[in-house]
Amino acid sequence: MKIAVLVKQVVGSESSLEISSDNKWIQESNATFVMNPPDSYAIEEAMNIKEKIGEGEVVIVSMGDDRVQKVIREALSKGADRGIHIQTDGTAYIDPLNTAKNIVSALGDENFDLILSGLQSDDTGMGQTGVLVGELLNMSTATLAIETDIDLEKIRVKRELESGWFQWVTLESPASISIQSGINQPRYPSLKGIMGAKKKEIKVIPLSLYETKQQVEKLSIPQKSKETEIIDTDIDSSVKRIVEILKSEVKVF
Amino acid sequence: MKSLVIIEHKNGVLHRMSREAISGAQKIGGDITALVIGENAESVSSELSNFQIEKTFIVNHELVPSYNVDGYKEIIKQVVDSISPNIIITGHTYQARDFMPRVSAALDIPFIPDIVELENNFYIKQVLNSKLNASISSSSERALISFQSASYSEEDIIKGSSRSESFDVDLDSSSIKSKSDDPFQESASEVDLESAELIVSVGRGIEKEENKSIAFELAEVLGAEVSASRPVVDAGWLPSSRQVGSSGSTVSPKLYLSLGVSGAIQHVVGMKGSKNILAINKDSEAPIFEIADYAVVGDLLEIVPKLITALQDS
Repeated sequence: MKIAVLVKQVVGSESSLEISSDNKWIQESNATFVMNPPDSYAIEEAMNIKEKIGEGEVVIVSMGDDRVQKVIREALSKGADRGIHIQTDGTAYIDPLNTAKNIVSALGDENFDLILSGLQSDDTGMGQTGVLVGELLNMSTATLAIETDIDLEKIRVKRELESGWFQWVTLESPASISIQSGINQPRYPSLKGIMGAKKKEIKVIPLSLYETKQQVEKLSIPQKSKETEIIDTDIDSSVKRIVEILKSEVKVF
Repeated sequence: MKSLVIIEHKNGVLHRMSREAISGAQKIGGDITALVIGENAESVSSELSNFQIEKTFIVNHELVPSYNVDGYKEIIKQVVDSISPNIIITGHTYQARDFMPRVSAALDIPFIPDIVELENNFYIKQVLNSKLNASISSSSERALISFQSASYSEEDIIKGSSRSESFDVDLDSSSIKSKSDDPFQESASEVDLESAELIVSVGRGIEKEENKSIAFELAEVLGAEVSASRPVVDAGWLPSSRQVGSSGSTVSPKLYLSLGVSGAIQHVVGMKGSKNILAINKDSEAPIFEIADYAVVGDLLEIVPKLITALQDS
């Protein structure tokens, strides 16, 4: 089974976030980058499916400037077979449809059986690339898979719905599936894996720009809509104040 | 301005966020068409007939009796081709996240998701773990958008009367590439968080499973229900029926008292409508404090036992 995993490099949750001088994004030179956390679950699920079937290939696809090769290598060190890097110069905002069309052309005529992606990225949170690619390639799609039952005969996923509800969906092959975080325990790369990853192929493909349909015009710091009373004193005074709030302001009794 | 609102329902019961989507569409103004799909569409359309919208389209096709991503994509495509709306609106539900990108790619129009407000032709969306807002523009003559929970209030819906009509679609069984089994719940729900007046919510900051007992003790003294954030549920400390957030319940109690909840956006969308939010967290930078009415900075393991004693004494 041939599996492609869409992986994004994003600004880390601990990174400094300074808005850039043109207000359109953050100052990336001061930021730290990590693999988009939801994507690590998609990589792990792809590895598990390949290992269960006993044959196949896991290909990591990422888009961005040269720094994204770091996350491709990270995935290769966990056992993925090869990488595809869609290279940008990192300056322009690339909207989801553009991203998807580039991924489609990078996957070309490779005929993947399965495309896996994380449910959304921690930076822009558009949450759609995997499904867009699936539709453009005329694949079946499912989102928020919290369990998979996939072999050469069938593709079944348990989708998470809202309020504690779930649903099993049977998909025709080929399929593009987004993976819910928490579906598995992502592995750490082994030393052997890290050494082996250095020899694995990463194919570099230049970006093609299609018509941009949506654009980030500016970033801003959210305005607080309500006043917050900050209670930051010794414990006994805090407890006293909380009791007062519960009784006379919220009136819970 | 013409908008098409895609309605979500479960067995004929309208999803709360579809009401919010109607409310948002009314704020934007112009002609609103609602679209209801499925075998229970009729009963949903009767509720919609009380809202001030232009009309409701009902699609009841044998191939799509209940939600199916392929069927929804085809039907929405045909409705859009027929009425040419400027915007296609939904609530940012799990279902919308499933079909909206399919419509986007099929029609080559942008999907701008999880919008919190519209401001001078910009769609405002939270980015970078909701630490910043992005203003997004669309250069397309059509756009698909989804509203974050509680961005618009269902209480603001303008009442009126509207008609419904059935809309004929042309579907081929070969376009249906996935089959869904019936939805199920993993464990029987032991609580009804959505109607609770007072909620004590537990986050990762309680550190250990055994510490959840202080949350239950506090809840007992207050007469509150206990809820949890996703990490607590994923750790198996509390069942998923107690989860608040995008994958759990959406609540709006009189008091939401959170213990060690950091306030990730996935949690906040489920509780930001609470009347009073009192958050206890030892990290003074915790995002939950941004939306709290009362931000108590301190160690909950020290504060809560003393709070329980003080409440019992008073």
